[in-house]
Amino acid sequence: MPGPQNTPVLPLPEESPHSAQVRAIDRIAGLPWWLIILLLTGVLLVYLFSTSETYISAFTRIVSGILVTVFVTVVSYTLALFLGLLAGLGRVSKNVFVSNTATLYVQVIRGIPILVQLLYWTFVIIPLAYGALNALGALLAPILGDNNALMQLQSRDFDFMWRCIVALAFAYGGFEAETFRAGIESIGRGQMEAARSLGMNYPQAMRYVILPQAIRRVLPPLGNDLISMLKDSSLVSALGVRDMTQEARLYAAASFQYVATYTSLAFMYLSLTLVLSLFTRFIETRWKQA
Amino acid sequence: MMYGNSNAIIRIEDVHKHFGSVHALRGVSTYVDKGEVLVVIGPSGCGKSTLLRSINGLETIDGGRVIVDGNVIDSKHKNINAVRAEVGIVFQQFNLFPHLTVLENLTLAQTKVRKRDKKESQEIARDLLHKVRIPEKANNYPGQLSGGQQQRVAIARALAMNPKVMLFDEPTSALDPEMINEVLDVMLDLANDGMTMLVVSHEMGFARNAASRIIFMEAGKIMAEGSPKEMFDNPTNDRMRQFLSKILH
Repeated sequence: MPGPQNTPVLPLPEESPHSAQVRAIDRIAGLPWWLIILLLTGVLLVYLFSTSETYISAFTRIVSGILVTVFVTVVSYTLALFLGLLAGLGRVSKNVFVSNTATLYVQVIRGIPILVQLLYWTFVIIPLAYGALNALGALLAPILGDNNALMQLQSRDFDFMWRCIVALAFAYGGFEAETFRAGIESIGRGQMEAARSLGMNYPQAMRYVILPQAIRRVLPPLGNDLISMLKDSSLVSALGVRDMTQEARLYAAASFQYVATYTSLAFMYLSLTLVLSLFTRFIETRWKQA
Repeated sequence: MMYGNSNAIIRIEDVHKHFGSVHALRGVSTYVDKGEVLVVIGPSGCGKSTLLRSINGLETIDGGRVIVDGNVIDSKHKNINAVRAEVGIVFQQFNLFPHLTVLENLTLAQTKVRKRDKKESQEIARDLLHKVRIPEKANNYPGQLSGGQQQRVAIARALAMNPKVMLFDEPTSALDPEMINEVLDVMLDLANDGMTMLVVSHEMGFARNAASRIIFMEAGKIMAEGSPKEMFDNPTNDRMRQFLSKILH
């Protein structure tokens, strides 16, 4: 009769030298090599930045544009969130006028390259708007007096950086509108029914019941768009706004140090996007707990 | 034809509703008296949930009218907020707000709609949680509760608005069998307290014990109407007999 001591002991995987080998290879293969390579490259570049004269001067020049890059990114993105939320609410509205206006905005924005949008705002919409204000001033001259404030407005006083911020905000607002719409539509119909049945009106139900759930759901895509905005902010260099990219272009053109300049520029963007992705992940986990 | 007496708090007069080509309600007329428990039964798709949902405007009606405590709802859908303030509804799927705690679920509409202050609304909420027998779950999120507990919270949430009528749309159909009774017990308590209730349900035991009147619907029409005794023990309507023979073994 087989007792417990007679039960054959299965060899544990650790005991086989072959499987130990396989496990070691697995472990090596499982390492985040992409991160290791990135870090090593980073270390190499930091070494270059601190020792090579060429790199130091290129890097210093690029860093002088970081404030503009960050400012344009943060301000445009914040405005884009407001515009996007507004247009997203418009997209789900039952009001025909509101929903068509929002849809028109989204479709136009999504069909035009962002660079073209920047050029259009800068050289078409804003000058035209100033022209219209001047004309309005001339029209109201009998009331407001000759040379009134409206007539004295000049579009050249509208800083190019701010024109770019407006353009980026409207461009990204179109993307965020679709993100918010998707989030709102992902919340089950029963939530709106329950809120309305309790006597809340539509804005209250949106504000207190639907949006808190919807926004939590769309945090990951919103975070991605913040990172995209940082990258697309480099487009402002096409209009001469002195962000990091513009500083790099100016420096490279004058020094012919293309390798050092553009390597430093790429490194700066990569570092900033990595920091941002860590930041967005932190926000996501915090909101999930809340 | 006038239904019910002067006590009726809900009057439903010749209500029609279409979903595309489907004629879901075909001229339904009935009433609910103050303090009455009206139970609506019938096979799936007979229009009973649609009828209930049309009373607080979750479904618009195409013809006829519903009068709730003097407020008329017709196909133009006016007065709907005035009606909703007087009518509480409990859904099959509970529809609690998952991002709010149980207590916040109960206080949100009180503060935003009834404009009660925070302290008062919380006191009312806690009293109601006692009434539905889960005072200890006040600070939990709905996701941490069982289906039966969630449904009892949903009942408390509706009661917090001091409705004159409570509507129940198959409140136990999404529950595991062992949780059905805890919800039915709370509903029985409510009925005994004199709450006016309109209940769409497949729970024949509840209908027999709690209903003051039962309506049997089929194909968008009321086929039979009467006291539980008349309806269950001595059904005169053939379709009602067939329906009962299928669900009572």
